[in-house]
Amino acid sequence: MEGTLLFNALREAIDEEMAKDPHVCVIGEDVGQYGGSYKVTKDLYEKYGELRVLDTPIAENSFTGMAVGAAMTGLRPIVEGMNMGFLLLAFNQISNNMGMLRYTSGGNFKIPAVVRGPGGVGRQLGAEHSQRLEAYFHAVPGIKIVACSTPTNAKGLMKAAIRDDNPVLFFEHVLLYNLSEKLPEDDYICALDQADLVKEGKDITILTYSRMRHHCLKAVQQLQEQDIDAELIDLISLKPFDMETIARSIRKTHRVIIVEECMKTGGIGAELIALITEQCFDDLDSRPVRLSSQDIPTPYNGKLENLTIIQPHQIVEMANQIVNEGK
Amino acid sequence: MTKASTPASDQTTSKTGQASEHAERLTNLESSYSGTISREEGLALFRDMTLGRRFEDKCAEMYYRGKMFGFVHLYNGQEAVSSGVIGAMKLKHDWFCSTYRDHVHALSAGVPAREVMSELFGKETGCSKGRGGSMHLFSKEHHLLGGYAFIGEGIPVALGAAFTSRYKKDALGDINSDAVTAAFFGDGTCNNGQFFECLNMAQLWKLPIIFVVENNKWAIGMAHDRATSDPEIWRKAKAFGMKGEEVDGMDVLAVRAATERALKRARAGEGPTLLECLTYRFRGHSLADPDELRSEKEKEFWANRDPLLSLERHLNEKGLVSSDELRSIEKEIDSEVLDAVEFALAAEEPSPSDLTKYIWAD
Repeated sequence: MEGTLLFNALREAIDEEMAKDPHVCVIGEDVGQYGGSYKVTKDLYEKYGELRVLDTPIAENSFTGMAVGAAMTGLRPIVEGMNMGFLLLAFNQISNNMGMLRYTSGGNFKIPAVVRGPGGVGRQLGAEHSQRLEAYFHAVPGIKIVACSTPTNAKGLMKAAIRDDNPVLFFEHVLLYNLSEKLPEDDYICALDQADLVKEGKDITILTYSRMRHHCLKAVQQLQEQDIDAELIDLISLKPFDMETIARSIRKTHRVIIVEECMKTGGIGAELIALITEQCFDDLDSRPVRLSSQDIPTPYNGKLENLTIIQPHQIVEMANQIVNEGK
Repeated sequence: MTKASTPASDQTTSKTGQASEHAERLTNLESSYSGTISREEGLALFRDMTLGRRFEDKCAEMYYRGKMFGFVHLYNGQEAVSSGVIGAMKLKHDWFCSTYRDHVHALSAGVPAREVMSELFGKETGCSKGRGGSMHLFSKEHHLLGGYAFIGEGIPVALGAAFTSRYKKDALGDINSDAVTAAFFGDGTCNNGQFFECLNMAQLWKLPIIFVVENNKWAIGMAHDRATSDPEIWRKAKAFGMKGEEVDGMDVLAVRAATERALKRARAGEGPTLLECLTYRFRGHSLADPDELRSEKEKEFWANRDPLLSLERHLNEKGLVSSDELRSIEKEIDSEVLDAVEFALAAEEPSPSDLTKYIWAD
């Protein structure tokens, strides 16, 4: 069997869930006739019709709010942010309505909605299209946040997100859509709240998510050649963090590096490092470290763009430094 | 700048051909009090409007006595809109979406006064379990999609409920899916992008929704005609090919009749209506508003058009009910409101151990 590209894995997940539950629908810009700007909803319009795969005008705030109202009244909408950055325009609806409404309504309503789309730093897309909104949305109560990183987890997580009765922000990475992998053949799902232990190791824990998983994998291989046995964990769930898996690893390695693509200030790693310090302080033999993107708008120039985000060699260097500091 | 100094154009002229003030527009509208109404309908409307009025008066009293907190926005003066619109709709079938000024919409939708008052007192027996407060009343049972505290954010949510109606009918094949959603909001909201975005989508997809503008002339301290290029909001429907209508929002029968027309269109699949109700709030924006900008003359003009007095006059003239009957309804309502207060005072507060309950759906 041939491998499945990540965008097709997502498409399969949506297609299968739409076939199973007629309340599942897709809402967004160019999701229908055009098939989605990254083809995640290709051919679904023909298969399910114009209401279940709804092409919207360019009105992020309002169609996201519309998804909230649809979810409150019995549908299970999947909102596509053509680029996740566009959803800054829908921040109020995601925060005030999706995130807080179940609580402020005293449990009257549930919001089974998925908000998905591509984010992250691509290849010279410019600052506005290279955002990492996971950090901006992280403080919003009542929403789950996941980031997929492989075709297999993309499909399993998407299906789980669609079936979940809570709003889920689902981050895809613009540079991972063409990853290929052979998928399990059964109707599997991946837990929304569980980290993925990518590679076991004993010397240092590397925590990461989304595209940086693949940078970390390269780094881990190089570290292996330098006799450093790193443990690599893909967080998958950015909210809530799977602290059980994280703590178990730190109890073993006593060292931790967080590798992230979001900016350092107010980032995912900032919150994670605070939790690790609070919960795992006694298990640490060295300072926990973040490797994050620069606190700047992503520059257009390719060389500068590369300098903005973390590269594998920086992970190798930092891991060496931390491991040797502890000796 | 007053309207008088603004050059009249096609966009800003009323039916009389003159650029008109809010009050002038009202006087130009025909009264619907010539229409027919049964005794039962008249009593039901009077009862609902009186409940709205007396409930809000009691809220003011309780607020000043320190029993409720936060921002409290009262509905006095606008009762004909809530009772006229919601009274024409099917309770627990159609959907209602409100703003921060939501107490009376909740009552008209059938949420018991005890539950609304409890919510304002922050009690577990509140319709939002004490987690929402004055501006966040919700009741799934009564199809109240909520009170939304930020300007305009409720409109897309209401649009979503209307989308579900159409989806159930056309994608799921439920031919009985004919619920219509009423989205309530004010004149200030009509300068916000969500208003225009949702008008566009509603008309584009022929969604069963009524956009009910409660134009009370003031967005806190910003006079309507200082905030918008064309004060006649109902005309903005035309830009979307939508049916727009202006109505005397102090005349409950006119509001009801206009709503019935909009409902008929919506249930027939003919899409949305923009209904501008010219009304006035008799109190400040909220109980924290010193209300220093509105002139006494203006307030007097509108006080003379008190929707409750107008309805009573009509019911009397038609010989449908006597004033004595109405006074006795008022007494019943007062007892109901008092009962709501006593119930709310005695009710339990949410348990501290339930602080994080309701964040997640199971």
